[in-house]
Order: sequence, then structure tokens, then C-alpha cells
Amino acid sequence: MLEIKNLQVKLEEEDKQILKGVDLTVEAGKVHAIMGPNGSGKSTLSYVLSGKDGYTVTDGSATLDGVDLLEMEPEDRAAAGLFLAFQYPVEIPGVGNMTFLRTAVNAQRKARGQEEMSSTEFLKVVREKAASLKIDAEMLKRPVNVGFSGGEKKRNEILQMAMLEPKMCILDETDSGLDVDAMRLVADGVNALRDEGRGFLVITHYQRLLDHIKPDVVHIMSNGRIVKTGGPELALEVEQNGYADLVEEA
Amino acid sequence: MALPQAKQTATEARLAALSLPEGGWSGPARAEALDRVRAMGLPGARDEYWKYTRPDTLVAAEAPVAKVVADDEVPLFDGTDRLSIVFVDGVFDAEASDDLTLEGLTIDRLADAPDIHWAKDLYGRLETHGQTPVQRPLAALNTAFASDGLLIRVTGKVAKPVNLIYRHADERSDVILHHVVKVEEGGDVTLLENGPAAARLNKVMEVDVADGAGFHHVRVQGREHDRRAATHIFARLGTESTFKTFTLTMNGVLTRNDCVVELTGDDAVAHIAGACLGDGDFHHDDTVFITHDAVNCESRQVFKKVLRNGGVGVFQGKILVKPGAQKTDGYQISQSLLLDGDSQFLAKPELEIYADDVACSHGSTSGAIDEDGLFYLRARGLPRGIAEDLLTIAFIAEAVMEIENEDLQAEINARVEAWLGRRRG
Repeated sequence: MLEIKNLQVKLEEEDKQILKGVDLTVEAGKVHAIMGPNGSGKSTLSYVLSGKDGYTVTDGSATLDGVDLLEMEPEDRAAAGLFLAFQYPVEIPGVGNMTFLRTAVNAQRKARGQEEMSSTEFLKVVREKAASLKIDAEMLKRPVNVGFSGGEKKRNEILQMAMLEPKMCILDETDSGLDVDAMRLVADGVNALRDEGRGFLVITHYQRLLDHIKPDVVHIMSNGRIVKTGGPELALEVEQNGYADLVEEA
Repeated sequence: MALPQAKQTATEARLAALSLPEGGWSGPARAEALDRVRAMGLPGARDEYWKYTRPDTLVAAEAPVAKVVADDEVPLFDGTDRLSIVFVDGVFDAEASDDLTLEGLTIDRLADAPDIHWAKDLYGRLETHGQTPVQRPLAALNTAFASDGLLIRVTGKVAKPVNLIYRHADERSDVILHHVVKVEEGGDVTLLENGPAAARLNKVMEVDVADGAGFHHVRVQGREHDRRAATHIFARLGTESTFKTFTLTMNGVLTRNDCVVELTGDDAVAHIAGACLGDGDFHHDDTVFITHDAVNCESRQVFKKVLRNGGVGVFQGKILVKPGAQKTDGYQISQSLLLDGDSQFLAKPELEIYADDVACSHGSTSGAIDEDGLFYLRARGLPRGIAEDLLTIAFIAEAVMEIENEDLQAEINARVEAWLGRRRG
């Protein structure tokens, strides 16, 4: 599904190499986790895949179901089925959460040549999905992320993911700033979306999130490369010994 | 002191093109106002408060031509239960207006108000008071020559808003309107205004808000490209009274909105907000002067300007805290979103404080569209144009949210969205 080959990326402004040849394949139906110390390039990878400005790809490729992602505008990548749950979701005052969700859902449908969702159908679906994430009507009405707690923002990200039904989901440190209960809610939301047609790339510092979202494959990233790949046991190893050993081994 | 020759000549040329209305009870006030105009002279480019806005087309003897644009949108506030009062090129249109009776208020026309009128004690009074320390000659000109307007006396809580609709039909119309609103103790009213009004509009509204009374004002200045407007609001606030005004301006080649508010009773609240969107040949000036002259009052000024293709935005905002006006809470923010490198925002915030136990803050920023926000929206599949529009609405939100009524907020946002959509094509 998601295929990344020898991806090399520089910061546009500083001429600094961040990714130094990342190879990674996420198959449909699988959950891959990327762990790694601060500054290893995890978030950069998620931004480059989803099309944020400020990075220059100097070599390599990234495709989603064979389609070149790197040449596409961010909105086209989204319509192609890529979703990034942000580490820091942005606040948009004056724009209701519900309006935003419907605009996003219908923009993607339009881009894919599908019919727009009617407002009654949309309402029904959004209420159902919001309820399972404990997002109430009041939160749906409020401006996007404005005055939301850390946990509410992350739940709102998962709600967007549930509504947009992407093929490939990237979660960028979705666990940061969450207490145990909020993490469980978010994880339940993610787990409910796991199915055979959908791939996940879960970026995290800690093993904790992976207790709730069980990965099939764990990668360790360090200094712009994937330095080790293994099963869930790799995450436990990190939890016990830290990153130092793994990074040195590599 | 004698006026400079050029100013005197320009002033007399303008006055020669006008004739003093009959007046009746307002006659003395008009005569005094004319004296004030002659003493001050009309604004010129060298006047301190006209540094960023050229007054010449506002004071010229003849109004520049402004093409009348057929508006295909659903009329503003159409979904709101309201009392509609229509002016066409500044003339009250009884046929198009609702019956002027509504519980809790009385409405008379300035043009045919009875001989002895309650407004006699107010007409021109707040305007005169608002001439110090900053001169506002266009307002004095208005008091002298206003041909029509409404005298609204609010005696109770009015159940639905009063909507003044200003239609523009003649591309040469030059209109002077003067309203007086007196909200008596315990009264509360919402006033809506919309429409381009005229090729050139000079409008004054004097608002006297008594103790415990409330005045809410939402204004949308017509979006015709060529129209010009110089407006003044003069408000006086009593104890525990509330005054809230919001103005949305889209298009209009030249707009100058002055708002002069004096908080004279303790615990009064004044919120003055505005949002404008300008594209190309667009000049918009908000000039605000707030005087705190009582204890424990609150004032907020929130102004947002979205400018592109060479649009110019001006903000001159002053808070004056008089001696003894302790526990004053004054807040002022003016911000511009510059969508390209050609547009300009000029801001002059001023604080003058003579009390020692006050909190006053001011801030002013100019910036481009928020890149993080843009990426966030695009990553959710929104095309760049729509994402930019949503962020523009987000940018002006702080000002729009100063409107208390959420339905009106939504209506304003919808108008802005439609305006942006038309520009996106």
C-alpha cells in the first residue's frame, strides 16, 4: 500500500539533511509503528508524506497504491486516501467543527468524482461516530479545536479520520498530551477503523500507546534512517533499555 | 484663529453647494453646527486625523459618480424577524418600509418631526461634545445639513431589531443622514443597518444610552465598488449600560468610520468591533475614540482587516482614561491579513491615561495567511482556495464574535463566505 524507497529529505531553508534514505513498506491491513528518539526525523517523515511546505526531497520515492505521492498537492494526497493525524491540531476560530467536517468530506468526494453526502446522511454518520469517541453535540458545534483540551483535540483528529475513511492513516505522536483514559478512547477509535483494506503508521516516542494499538511491525528510526525493524517485542525492548543500545547496534 | 486660505476656500465651496433645511426645532442646533464647520474648516490632507485617508472626495462640492450595482443576493437579515425601514438615496420610503410602530419604542422622521420634539435636547449635542479634543468637521457639517434620518426613542426592551436599509438608486446621489437614538433607563434595542446608501454618504448617529440600558448595533456597509462613506457614531453611556457595535465592510472605494464613545456612568460596557474585506481600489479607515470618565468601566475595540490587490486599511484607535476613572479595563486590538505584497495596513493605537489603577492594552499586527492552518485544512482535502477562505473567516472571527446574537454572527459569516467565493470564482 504505502511504499517508501530511499527517501532523502532536506529542510528547504537550512540545507540540512533530515531523512537520509528511508525504506518502508506498509501493507494494507497492517499497523506499523515508528519509534525513535527526538530529532530522528519521525515527524518530518509524516509531513513530507502529507505534503507540507518547507522540505525538499532530494532522492527516493513514496507511493500510495502505486501512485506517486510526492508530486501531489496535499489536498490531492488526502483525496487519494492519505490521512495525517496531527501532533498539534490547528485551531480555526469562526469555523464550526461540523461545517469543517462536511466541507472536508465533500471536497474529497468531489475530487474522487463521487456524489456529495447529503446533510441528513452526513449528520447521521457524524453523530454515530462522534458518540463512540465521546464527542458531544456541543463539541461538534464549536469552532474547530478552539478551546479544546489536548484530549479533545486528539479525539477530534480521530473523528476526522473516521469520517474521511482514508486508506492510509499516519498518526503523529497522537499519544502526546493524553492521560490514560483519553489514550484509551483514542486507541479504541483507531482500533475500530482497523480493517483489511487500511494501513496505519503510528509514530510515537513511547511503548505505552502500543499497548492499546497493537502493531504488527515496529521500526526504530534514528538519525534519518530506519535502523531496526522487528515485531511488537522491539517496542518492549525500547521501553526497558531506551534507544541508546538500539541506535549503537545499528 | 483664521483658517488657512486653501481650507477656507474648500470649505466655502462645499457649503455653497448645500442649503440649510427649514429645521424647525432643530434650527438652532443646525445654525450652531454651521458655525462650527466654518470655524474648523472641512478636513484637509494636512490634518493629523486625516493623515492616512485623503478627505478630498468626501469634502468636494459634488459627489463623484458611483455606479449602482444590482445586488443579486438574498437581502441581508431577510431571515430575521425585524422592523424594516427603507431609505432610497437618503430619502425615507414609506411604501417600502414597515409600519413604524413597535412596542417599546417610538420612531419619527427627522424631516417631518413635530414642532417640539424630545430630540431637541440631543440633536447635535453628542456630536458637539465629540468635537473635543479631536475635531470632526464632517460630523458638524452633517448636523447642519442633514436632510433626513430617524429619531428613535426606546422606552422598553424591544422584541425585534429595527433594520435600516439604505438603497442606492442614483449614481450621483449625495446624502446626509442624521439619526438620534435615545435608549431610556432599562430600555434595550438592536439596530441593524445595511446597504450602500448613496454615491456619497455622510451619516451621523448619536446614541444616548441611559443607566442600565442596552444598545446593540450590527451594520453592513453596502458592497458597491464606487460608493464613498464618512460615518460617525457618537455615544454616551450611563451607569451599568451596554453599547455594542459591529461593522462589516466589503468593497466601497472609500470608507471612513468614526466612533466616539464616552463612558460617563460607572460599570458601563462598550464594545466596538469591525471587520473589512477589501480587494483592489479599496480604502477603509476606522477611527475610534473612547473616553473613560467613570469607575469600573470596560471598553473593547476589535478590528480586523483583510486586504489584497492594493487594498488599504487604516486604524486609529484611542483610549483616554480621565482622572478618577479607576478600575478601567480597556482593550484594543487591530490586525490585518495581507493576502499579497501590494496591500497596506496603517495603524495608530493611542493610550492616554490619567488614573493609576487601570488595565489598558493594545496590540496591532499585520501578517500573511497562517501556513500551518493552511496545511492542516489542505491535508484534510480542502482545495487551497477554500482553505484560504476558511482561514480568512477564522481571522475575522474575533471581531464577528463581538456580535451577541449567534444567528446574526452566522449571517455575517455567510456573507463573508459568499464574498470570498465570488472572488475565488
